[in-house]
Parts: sequence; structure tokens; C-alpha cells
Amino acid sequence: MTSKTRVRTARYGSFFAATAAIALVVAGCSSSDDDNGGGGSTGGSTAAGDIDCSQFSSYGDLKGKEVTIYAGVVAPEDQPYVDSFKPFEKCTGVKVNYTADKNFEQQVLVQAEAGNAPDLAIVPQPGLLKQLVATGKAVKAPDSVSQNADKWFGADWKKYGTVDGTFYAAPSGASVKSLVWYSPTQFASAGYEVPTTLDDLKALSDKMVADGNKPWCAGINSGEATGWPITDWVEDFVLRLDGPDVYDQWVAGDVKFTDPKIVSAFDGVGAYLKNSDYVNAGIGDVKSIATTTFQDAGLNIDPVNGDGSCWLHRQASFYAANFDKNANIGPDGDVYAFYLPGKTADDHPVLGAGEFVLAFSDRPEVQALQTFWSTDTWANLKAKASSEDTKGGWISANKGLDEANLVGPIDKLSVQILKDPKTVFRFDGSDQMPAAVGSGSFWKQATNWITGQSTQDTVTKIQAAWPKS
Amino acid sequence: MDWAPKLLDMLWAIVLFGAVVAVILGLAALYEKRGGRRVGWWFVAPSLVLVSIGLVYPALRTLWTSFNDASGKKFVGIDNYTAVFTNSDELVVLRNTVLWTLVTPFVATAIGLVYAVLVDKAKGEAVAKAVIFLPMAISLVGASIIWKFMYSYKDPAGGSEKNPTHQIGFLNQVLVWLHLDPVNFLLNSPQNTFWLIVVMIWIQAGFAMTILSASIKAIPDEIVEAARLDGVGAFEMFRFVTLPSIRPAVVVVLTTIAISCLKVFDIVRTMTGGNFNTNVIANEFYSQTFSQDNRGLGAALAVILFILVVPIIVYNVRQLRASEAR
Amino acid sequence: MSGLSTSPDDVAIDGAVPPAAGGKPPSAAAAAKKRLSSPWASLAAVILAIVWTIPTAGLLITSFRPALDINKTGWWTVFTNPDFTLDNYKAVLDSGQTTSLSPYLVNSIVITIPAVLLPILLACLAAYAFAWTDFKGKNVLFVAIFALQVVPIQVTLLPLLKLYVTLDISGTFWAIWLSHTMFGLPLAIFLLHNFMREIPAELIEAARVDGAGHVTIFFRMMLPMLKPAIAAFGIYQFLWVWNDLLVALTFAGPGSATAPMTKFLFDLTGSRGTAWYLLSAGAFVSMVIPVIVFLSLQRYFVRGLLAGSVKG
Repeated sequence: MTSKTRVRTARYGSFFAATAAIALVVAGCSSSDDDNGGGGSTGGSTAAGDIDCSQFSSYGDLKGKEVTIYAGVVAPEDQPYVDSFKPFEKCTGVKVNYTADKNFEQQVLVQAEAGNAPDLAIVPQPGLLKQLVATGKAVKAPDSVSQNADKWFGADWKKYGTVDGTFYAAPSGASVKSLVWYSPTQFASAGYEVPTTLDDLKALSDKMVADGNKPWCAGINSGEATGWPITDWVEDFVLRLDGPDVYDQWVAGDVKFTDPKIVSAFDGVGAYLKNSDYVNAGIGDVKSIATTTFQDAGLNIDPVNGDGSCWLHRQASFYAANFDKNANIGPDGDVYAFYLPGKTADDHPVLGAGEFVLAFSDRPEVQALQTFWSTDTWANLKAKASSEDTKGGWISANKGLDEANLVGPIDKLSVQILKDPKTVFRFDGSDQMPAAVGSGSFWKQATNWITGQSTQDTVTKIQAAWPKS
Repeated sequence: MDWAPKLLDMLWAIVLFGAVVAVILGLAALYEKRGGRRVGWWFVAPSLVLVSIGLVYPALRTLWTSFNDASGKKFVGIDNYTAVFTNSDELVVLRNTVLWTLVTPFVATAIGLVYAVLVDKAKGEAVAKAVIFLPMAISLVGASIIWKFMYSYKDPAGGSEKNPTHQIGFLNQVLVWLHLDPVNFLLNSPQNTFWLIVVMIWIQAGFAMTILSASIKAIPDEIVEAARLDGVGAFEMFRFVTLPSIRPAVVVVLTTIAISCLKVFDIVRTMTGGNFNTNVIANEFYSQTFSQDNRGLGAALAVILFILVVPIIVYNVRQLRASEAR
Repeated sequence: MSGLSTSPDDVAIDGAVPPAAGGKPPSAAAAAKKRLSSPWASLAAVILAIVWTIPTAGLLITSFRPALDINKTGWWTVFTNPDFTLDNYKAVLDSGQTTSLSPYLVNSIVITIPAVLLPILLACLAAYAFAWTDFKGKNVLFVAIFALQVVPIQVTLLPLLKLYVTLDISGTFWAIWLSHTMFGLPLAIFLLHNFMREIPAELIEAARVDGAGHVTIFFRMMLPMLKPAIAAFGIYQFLWVWNDLLVALTFAGPGSATAPMTKFLFDLTGSRGTAWYLLSAGAFVSMVIPVIVFLSLQRYFVRGLLAGSVKG
């Protein structure tokens, strides 16, 4: 009997110890939480202070209402969103609840279908937008949003938020994908110049090889999404070699992957990525592209925090976040990017991507926020908040976006590229194709292609997955 | 702080649940006293209700969806099954799943069993067991990083003069120390499936060890005592006393690990994404259903999983019969 | 019956400690063990333990290395070139996220405890019925339940979520508790049934002859004797729930009101990027509690609970 008692006390002993430990942890964290909260809110409240509440009066009296937002953008990049809504919250009295997780793309579909959708979702692909609209739970954008979209965004951008002729979602953020990362300081010391045509780019690569360097580094590993960086390459080359019209037909499925035009675009990419003289700088052979994560692939552009062994790396504007936080990024710094040139210097096709704000409710407070979200006021607030909270890393195709609110050199470059009058913008094609191709066979077969599969086999297999109906 | 109401919620849930079970058992006891013979139903009823809602109904729905098209709405007969069995990529997926299910249970169970016997009653048993148990405790994200630092491959031809290549994967470093060429473990098929299976074995050996250890502890002392008095040696003890006594537990462990291998998907998903011929059914099911918007095919793959479990069921029924006959 | 409850003796309670320490002569099992512990056997155990630990040790070392070193040199270089930092842990514990770790930790605890207790109690009941009572269709039902283990959780998400939305419990802990219970039951019933069958039939029959009902037998005999099995399954279910992200996220959403710690750790690296230094430290933070639970449940992994009862 005594031994039994001993067990019991021992057990309760450890139970209390555990409880105490938890209490300590909780107490410890809560105090630091308060500190953070205090620090973080300062930025937001200044922004709110600048705002003239009169422009919110048109939304009516919404005090005490709540709006939930669901997105895939998690900490620390969620903070600028939260801050950008503060003036709206302050002036209208609506409480905005922002939640996010990295499984957003799968989760939001399940939630919508089960009738548990958030009020607003930040949807990063037109393809997903279509799937969400197909659930029948999405709500079309009110006229006020539609008017804002006409006023502040190009017609092409509004089109990407439209499904079957109905306008659902106004654009929010954007990114530019037609960028090649390089090191201005390294280029200067080696005497290289930024190319302005595709031929120049090829000549530059050959010159680097002649100088005993491997020019390009690449990595396409991204877990279940492995292969997507190649799809960006191919899209960029279809745009450059075949033009935007063929690109649109290809994305719509009217020009097949097996079409000679698309095959030649693949081979154009292959001339870089499957060329063992060109790749994989600082990493290994061609096959190493398949097992290198896209996040790690370009870090050796930086001669200070990396080893500078890589000269050229084609990746979107958001890659800026992957470099060391002390990296000297800028037009004359250790790391910068140039526009992936078109066929001629006058050709200016740009591949990009963006996010769209889709509503699942037409309550007045939801529509009010949706409307505010599609204005230039919000875009500038968000840009400012991003500059303060995360040193930039966010841009928008909103025409009213003031460059002065951007601090990141790559953000400025991206907005300049988007605003360039010569620019012909096209949205990432794989994001618009049917999911079986755009998030399936295109990624998978592109990965097989880099590890040795022929172009012909690759395009045949990708095309085979295109849904019949 | 808002943790107090949450904890209260939790306590309330436990009390409520306890009360429900108490009521059911009270009724069962009453029923028994009145001479009711089938009191077993009262015991299984709560579980039956829950698994019917949570598992049986969704499984039946999946079966139905598997005969429908990509949107899951139009009937297409057995098209999805034909698609699986005629596509060379899907056949590789099937082959890999079978490979996983055949290799992992036996190796993991053998290791777990040997280890459980070796450390049983040894000094520091708790710590020794914790060491093998540890992999189970690590979250999937943790496990995938761990194995990155085992398998990672850097091409010796890469690097620069300023910064020569260092292996950061331990296994490749061992190869370098042995003056062998490093290997790109996750790229070269079909060995790469084997390297992924190693991760599963590493995790599941802990499960096998835990269950089998609990079972070894349950062997009655007098059996062991009798054998010892007969002068039985260590290996005979293991072969003729320990193993027969825990045989049912071994079957349970083999079965459980085999089923988790059928369902394995996160290891494959995080380490290779199913590329380089390493894909397995559960991962293919997930990407078809949730990423590629092809519900019919995804459901068909899930149903194939249900079918693959049949041999395991048959084996268990046999074992069950054998033990009933005992 | 009274003999049953007092019979587990000191051997049973002391567990991992060799019985010799209790002043008693070594038990038969320990003596048998002694022969097994030849130097070779010990060596084999040590080698296995080392092989199993190397990967984890690598992660542990990595979690203390400066972020820049992690991708440049292997973790084993610290033995020749020591360079450690606590920054990774600082970054995890005070990550400057919109919310701190603590609400997620509380959520994980609140989720896990009922999600472990519920399936254990229900499964014990069901396993007992399958093992020791008789009713029509018993064997078919048992096989069916154990076969349900193979149902992938992903196929259940949508139908269950629809149900929870109808019941208006989506987004609450109730949805998570219920789901984990449903998903844990097949394995729990299967495992516990096996252990129940191991209990000598004479014991049950003797009690039945004494006039004890099944409810009494279940509580008085089964539960105490099944401690090792319950502990073994309890650990398994605990880990499953503790490391789960999908179930909690689907049924209760990503907000800090209900989301578990896994969600916090999963998001650590930001929207893009593979910050190994954060992930490795985060993995260890999330491991602390499971390991404590495992070590504290060790006391139930003791020899002789059943053996003692037979003697009684």
C-alpha cells in the first residue's frame, strides 16, 4: 500500500511541477508580448493619425462590426497588412481579424466548400480564384470595387480577377518575375554590362564561360511544388520568343504544349538550364538544379554573405527576402537585379504575379473594407507599412502607388518595370492553367526534364494531363 | 490572459464526457442486472457511433467519388481506375507503396524488438528507451530537416576556389572520409525510395519498441523463472519464451506499421515532393485531390489504399482465429 | 477481488529500477536478463542507440549554430571548430510575430489532453467488449474497425467540417477533440484488444462465477491491469495529436484562439524561405513536452502487473 501512495504523490508532484512550468512560460511570454504589441502599434497609430476620417464617411455607420480575413501571408509579412487596416478600423469602428497560415491554398477550398469561408480571402492565383468561385460560395465584387479597379488598375489586371465575365476580386499585391539577379560590384570588377536583348544575354553568358566562370545558378526544389521555377522560365521564353498573343492562347489551352512554338521555348530555356557550361554555378551539374531548393539557389550572387561564385540567377522580385538581412542590395551594391531582356531592346514583355481579394459575404462592412482595399489610399498605406515593418518587399500594380513610399531598391525597380509604358504585362501562366497542369504535370514533368527527360516526352506528358472537357 | 477559460473549457469537456460514459455504463449495468446478455453492445456503441460518422461515412463517399469525374460530380464508371493502372507514372506509385509496406514493418519491428529485449531492466532503461523513442516525438518539420542534414549532397565539382565544397549531409561526409564519392541520395532512383524508407524505420522503431516493451513486461515472472530453472540460455530464452509470449503484440505492431506505411505521405512530400520516382499512393492522392483538382482520380487512389489493406486484414483474421482456438 | 487490487508489489511499482535495489533478491526476469546482457548484447544496444541518435544530435547541434554556418559546413565541424549561439532559440521564443508562442502552447495543451483521454477510455470499453463479451457480429465488427485505420484523414475533412458547421462547433476545441477521438479509435481499439486478450481467461471466468458484472470487471480488473498498454497507446496518441497540424487547422482555423503550436512553428520561416536555424530550434522547443510525457509514463512500463494478478 505504501508503494502505491508513493506513486500517487510522485505523479501529482510531477503534475504540479508541469503546471508551474507552464505558468512560468506563459507569464514570461505574455510580458514580452506586451512589449511587442506596444512597439508594433506605434507605427500603425502614426499612420492612422495621418488619415482624414472624412473619406470613410461614405461607408456609413459600421461600429461594432467585424470582418475576418484569411490569407497565406504569415508572420512577419502579415504585420503590414494588419497595420494597413488600422485607419479603416479607427474611422469606421469595424474590427478587422486577420488570420493566415501556409496551408491556405488547400484550406480555403475546404473551408469554402463546407460553408465555413472567411469574409475575405487573399487569393494568390487566378486558377484558385476560379476554383473558389466554382464552389458557389464566393460573392461578386460590388460596383464600388469594380469602379476602383477601373480607376486604379489596368484592364489586364481587372481581367485576372474576373471569372466567366463576372468581376469578383480586385488586385492587391503584385510581383515581377522577369528579373535576373546579379552583383553590380562583381560585374563592375569583371567589366560585364547588363544586357538589353536576349542575344546580349546569351553573349554575356558565353563571355563568362570564356573567362572561366560558370554563369548561371538555379534551383527548383520546393517540396510538393518542385519544378515551378522552370515553369516561370518557360513562360518568360514563350512571351519573348512567340509573343503575348501566342502566350495567351497557350495559357487558355488553344496552343498546345506540343506545338513547335512551345517546344522551341522549352529548348530556349534548355540552352541555359540544360547547358553544362552554364550551370550550376557554385552548386554542381545540371541535375543538381533538381535537388537545390529555390530559396538557396541564388544566394551565391552575393559576394559578401555568399561566395560570389554565381553570376546570374533568374528569379522573381520576392527573392530579395532570401538574401542575408545585412546584404547590400541596390543598383551599385553587392546584389541587384536586371530586367530579363526581350528579343529586342524595344520588346518589353513582363511576367508577373499578384494576389486578389475575394469576398464570401456581402455584408456592408465586408464591402466597405473591400472597397477601401481597392483604393490608392490603401495601396500607399500598405506600402508604407511594409516599408516600416519589413523593409519593403511589397508592391502593387495600383496606378496610384507613390514610389516615395517604397524603401526596397527591388520594390522600386519592380514598380518602374510595371509602370514602363513599353511594358506588356502577362500573369504567370501556370497559375491560370487548370490545376491538373498548372499545379501538376507542368511542375512534375519540368522536373523530369531537368533530370534528363527529352523535351518531346516532356511536352507530350504535360499536354496529356490537360483536362478533356 | 485567455488561457484560464480555455483550461476551464477543457475540464468541462472532460467532465461532460466522463458523465456521458458513466450514464452509458450505468445503463449497461442496469441492463445486465435485469439479465441482459448482450452487454457488449453498450460498450462498443460510443465508439461505433464516432467511427461511423468520422470514418465510415467519408470512406463510402470516397468510394462513390472514385467513380466520378475530376469535379466529383459526373459519373464516369471505372475510368479513374483504368487511368491509374494504365499510366506508367501511377504504376511506379503503386510499386513504391508496396515496397514501403513490405520493407518497413519487418525491419522496424525487428529493430524495436531487439532493442526492447536488450535494454529490458538494464541500467538506465528509461533513458535508453527515450533515445529510440525520440524520433517519434519530433514533428514532421523537424524530421525533414534532420534528414536534410543526413542526405544533403553537394557536388564536389561545384564550389569555388575561395569557397570549396563542404558536404553538409552527414552520410556524404562519411563517404568522403572513406575516400568514396558522395552520392545524391534523393535523386537516384530506385535507391532513393529506400533512403526514404530508412526515415520511416527510424521513426517507427520507437513505436515498435514501446509497444513490445510493454508486452515483454507483461510476461508472467513464473514462466521466465521456470525456463531459467531449466537452464535455458539467453537466445533460447528469447526464441522459446519471450517471442512466443509476445507474438500477438508483434502481429499488432507489424500490422500497425504496415498500415501507417500505406498512408505515408508527409515524409515523401517534404523530402522529394514525390519527384524522382519516389511517389507513393497517399501523396499522389493528396496532390490529385487538393492541388490538381482531380477528385475522381484522387478518390480512386484512396480506394486502392482500402484494397491494399485487405491482405493485412486477412492475415490478422487468421491470427485472431488461431488465438481463439488456443 | 480484493486480492487482485493489492497484489501488484514493490517490483511492479519500482519499475525501471532493478529490483535488487529494493533489498529483495533479484527476480527471475532480472536473472534471465543478466545472461542476455552479455558484452555483445550491450554493445549492440549501444550501437543501435548511437545510430538512432546521430540524426537527432545533428539537429540539436545545428539548432545552436549561427544561421550563416548552417548551410556552409556540416554540423560535425563544431567538434573541431566550436561556434555556438543562442540566437536561434531567442528568435523562436521571441520571434516578433503578431502573437507570441504562449497562446499556441496553451492551445496545444488544451487540445491534447482530452484528445488523448477520450479515445483511450472509449477504446478500452470497446476493446473489452470485443475481447471478453459475446454478441452477434462481434468479429466482423472488430475487423471492420481495425481496417478503418487505413482511411486517409484527408478524405474525412470535408464531410466532417460540413457536419461541424451544421452543429455550429467548427472553430472550437470541440471539433478538434471529437475529430482526434474518431481518428484515434481504430488503432486504440486494435492495440488494447490485443493486450486484453493476453489476460488469462480464468481470471475473468472466476470473477464472473463470483457474480461480478462486466462493468465491474472492467473497472476493477481491466483498467488497473492494462496500465502498460494504456500508457503505450497514450504516448502514441499524445504524439499524434501534439504534432498534428492538419486536423486542428481544418476544424478550428489558424487563429491564435485555437491553433496549436505546430502552426506557430510551421509559420516560423515566414511566407517564403527555409530558415533552417529557426526550424531546428523550433523542432526542439516542440519536443520538450512529449519527451517529458514519455519519461514520466515510463513508470507504467513495469513488469509484473499481470503476473502479480495471476498469483493473486
